[in-house]
Amino acid sequence: MKLNEIVNKKELAPSVKLFDIYAPNIAKKCLPGNFIILMVSEYGERIPLTINDCDRAKGTIRIIVQEIGRTTQELGKMKVGEIIPNLMGPLGHASHIEKFGKVVCIGGGVGTAVMYPIAKALKEKGNEVITIIGAKTKELVILEEEMKKISSSVHITTDDGSYGKKGFVTDALNEILSAQKIDRVFAIGPLIMMKIISEITKQYSIPTIVSLNPIMIDGTGMCGGCRVSVGNETKFACVDGPEFDAHKVNFDELLHRNNRFAEEEQHSCKLQEK
Amino acid sequence: MRKRPVEERIKDFEEVALGFSKEEAIAEATRCLQCKKPLCINGCPVQINIPKFIKEIAEEKFSNAIKTLKETNSLPGICGRVCPQETQCEMFCILGKKGKPIDIGTLERFASDWEIKLDQRPKAKSQEPRAKNQEQVKLAVVGSGPAGLTCAGELAKMGYDVTIFESLHKAGGVLRYGIPEFRMPRDILDSEIQYVKDLGVQIRCDVLIGKTFSIDELFEAGYKAIFIASGAGLPQFLNIEGENANGVYSANEFLTRANLMKAYDKQYHTPIKIGKKVGVIGGGNVAMDSARVALRLGAEEVYLVYRRSEQEMPAREEERENAKEEGIQFKILTQPVRIKTDDKGWVKEIECLQMQLGEPDESGRRRPVPIKDSNFSIPLDTIVIAIGQNPNPLIPSSTPNLKTGKKGTIEANEAGATSIEGVFAGGDIVTGAATVIEAMGAGRKAAKAMDEYIKNKL
Ligand SMILES: Cc1cc2nc3c(=O)[nH]c(=O)nc-3n(C[C@H](O)[C@H](O)[C@H](O)COP(=O)(O)OP(=O)(O)OC[C@H]3O[C@@H](n4cnc5c(N)ncnc54)[C@H](O)[C@@H]3O)c2cc1C
Ligand SMILES: Cc1cc2nc3c(=O)[nH]c(=O)nc-3n(C[C@H](O)[C@H](O)[C@H](O)COP(=O)(O)OP(=O)(O)OC[C@H]3O[C@@H](n4cnc5c(N)ncnc54)[C@H](O)[C@@H]3O)c2cc1C
Ligand code: SF4
Ligand code: FES
Repeated sequence: MKLNEIVNKKELAPSVKLFDIYAPNIAKKCLPGNFIILMVSEYGERIPLTINDCDRAKGTIRIIVQEIGRTTQELGKMKVGEIIPNLMGPLGHASHIEKFGKVVCIGGGVGTAVMYPIAKALKEKGNEVITIIGAKTKELVILEEEMKKISSSVHITTDDGSYGKKGFVTDALNEILSAQKIDRVFAIGPLIMMKIISEITKQYSIPTIVSLNPIMIDGTGMCGGCRVSVGNETKFACVDGPEFDAHKVNFDELLHRNNRFAEEEQHSCKLQEK
Repeated sequence: MRKRPVEERIKDFEEVALGFSKEEAIAEATRCLQCKKPLCINGCPVQINIPKFIKEIAEEKFSNAIKTLKETNSLPGICGRVCPQETQCEMFCILGKKGKPIDIGTLERFASDWEIKLDQRPKAKSQEPRAKNQEQVKLAVVGSGPAGLTCAGELAKMGYDVTIFESLHKAGGVLRYGIPEFRMPRDILDSEIQYVKDLGVQIRCDVLIGKTFSIDELFEAGYKAIFIASGAGLPQFLNIEGENANGVYSANEFLTRANLMKAYDKQYHTPIKIGKKVGVIGGGNVAMDSARVALRLGAEEVYLVYRRSEQEMPAREEERENAKEEGIQFKILTQPVRIKTDDKGWVKEIECLQMQLGEPDESGRRRPVPIKDSNFSIPLDTIVIAIGQNPNPLIPSSTPNLKTGKKGTIEANEAGATSIEGVFAGGDIVTGAATVIEAMGAGRKAAKAMDEYIKNKL
């Protein structure tokens, strides 16, 4: 096997793909919460993706990618046997895992893939894990089986009601919080989802961790493009995060910041389709 | 030296300075007095034998000239372009007392370009190991900026098996991601890097030391000594309101998008967004580069906002002049206090205070003091913060027992030795943001010290 070779590929849902990549140095060290930065071609962008799982014996890491723009679509087209030209990691702080007691892990969309290794580590530390998976529609629900293996219960919500309960993850969360005492909440998904969850858990004073997804370039603390405001301090998500105390994050600022290149991204996607 | 006309050069990223033709170089070299006690050498951080190489140019012995330069400077093509000669060699040149000093930088560049462009460079072949016991001694270098490249090249020449670890996907350090192509053409940089590779150095990109491997793990992997040259890559911010607004870049982000990721070239996918009115905060080389990149990306008006006066600006004189020629507007004695945004979070204007110069501060430059109630605003769409870089904390924070100084620099002695045996450091990570030539000089010194260290140990 060659370094950065794709050794396995699977479609988990329309436009959501799983890759196992031979990267033994990263596989050897990576911990839940770490991510990588990769490029799909010399001309490509550097994009961050969470390490969903790793196999230390085989020297492989697993990433799960949602195709939402040019780079992720190009990655989605790559085949088993092809080599990812550039891949660096493991980056970011690992998740802080200890025995908290009863925890709720919420994954929205492809955020479920980012959540999985953290939920698994929480379970291994002796926590009781209650999982909420949210998706737009039935076929976008991912990792249900994997989550079931490590959770005491898995709650699924879909926006259109085609699977699980109709509604949002926040509805499921409200239901859980009103019925039992929860020690900690972990939420990963679209920013707006994390923002609303943070508002809910604040009322209950439950410590809540979110994994932020700002736009990144180097991933080494060099450009400051990934900066976020946390408790009135500026933090670089790539080196200080990506996980932060949800109750201190300025979500509105980050919602704006992630739109910085919206026009250019649209354009880039159109070019790609031609 | 000839330069490309302003109207032409501001539309592209091709080199602005054209250098000397052979005739111009010989004419300039002939002007040199060949002083008995050449003062210029004192001004050179690596003590190039300046009159000697100039004489060799005057006598058309270009290959000798390049040899003389390379005795102490491994990257003359780069230094000839980016050294602040006006505060180094040329400042001391005796001819400068009455008239124009010798244009030492452009002569240096000439000799190097002659070698590279005419492909006169002696082909580097992996050198024979100098002593038997040096065979297979593996050494590691962290960072591929001027300090790392120089140290690795020197060590390879001594016969060591050297690997450079670089976190970005391309080698070169600031020369790659920071200094724009119109000042530092990439073919020159590529050829310098190729030369180091030809000497037998392996460059492994996409490896972040402190994350992918720790310093300890490098030792475990069999590297007998390590040179840390990770530079000063941590951008400083003003810590004012509105700094995280959309449209505010650190100079590192702005320049990295433009230079490393080539956002100005449609073939490349990384975006860069530039408004009509751009304000660059700062007065150093980084600020000049940012302002001139903004112009080339299509900005209509570019302001350079600096809190002292032009005299105190740390940028090279040549770049200051180039920037002014190109229409960059200097707003001196101006201190930003707040960035105002629209309801979508985009930059609208910057509020500033007018300053005046007071007593000299610890840097010897006159300290800017705010004038009370002098607040005024400049409407802007894009802001680039170029007020300095600190050492990247990643390696110090992941390496227990590595002693650091006040500003997060790694502590190292003259020779580059740090508080950990076998670990050496040099360049911006030790000095804080400085110059290419100093980084290169530190790389050379460390290479010597590492050689001695290995010899004593074996
Ligand atoms: C720490 C971290 C972990 C992540 N993990 C995963 C994961 O496991 N699976 C997954 O599918 N996605 C993950 N993402 C998001 C992923 O990086 C983006 O979806 C991807 O960069 C989009 O690139 P694009 O060119 O396909 O789309 P574009 O059309 O360029 O952008 C679409 C959206 O993606 C975001 N984005 C664009 N460029 C970048 C960039 N360079 N860095 C970060 N975000 C960007 C922007 O918000 C943008 O609006 C993660 C992001 C971060 C910061
Ligand atoms: C925009 C700009 C313009 C400049 N203009 C001039 C000029 O005109 N003249 C002049 O003399 N000087 C100039 N300078 C300063 C000069 O470039 C620096 O002083 C010099 O590059 C320092 O060299 P270095 O080798 O110490 O570090 P750098 O050039 O910073 O290289 C460090 C390298 O190490 C890598 N790295 C960092 N951390 C790690 C890690 N943990 N693992 C692996 N790799 C790592 C980085 O990615 C980088 O490639 C300028 C600087 C900038 C930013
Ligand atoms: S000081 Fe000037 S004139 Fe004298 S040797 Fe140096 S470059 Fe030539
Ligand atoms: S991605 Fe550049 S500093 Fe975080």
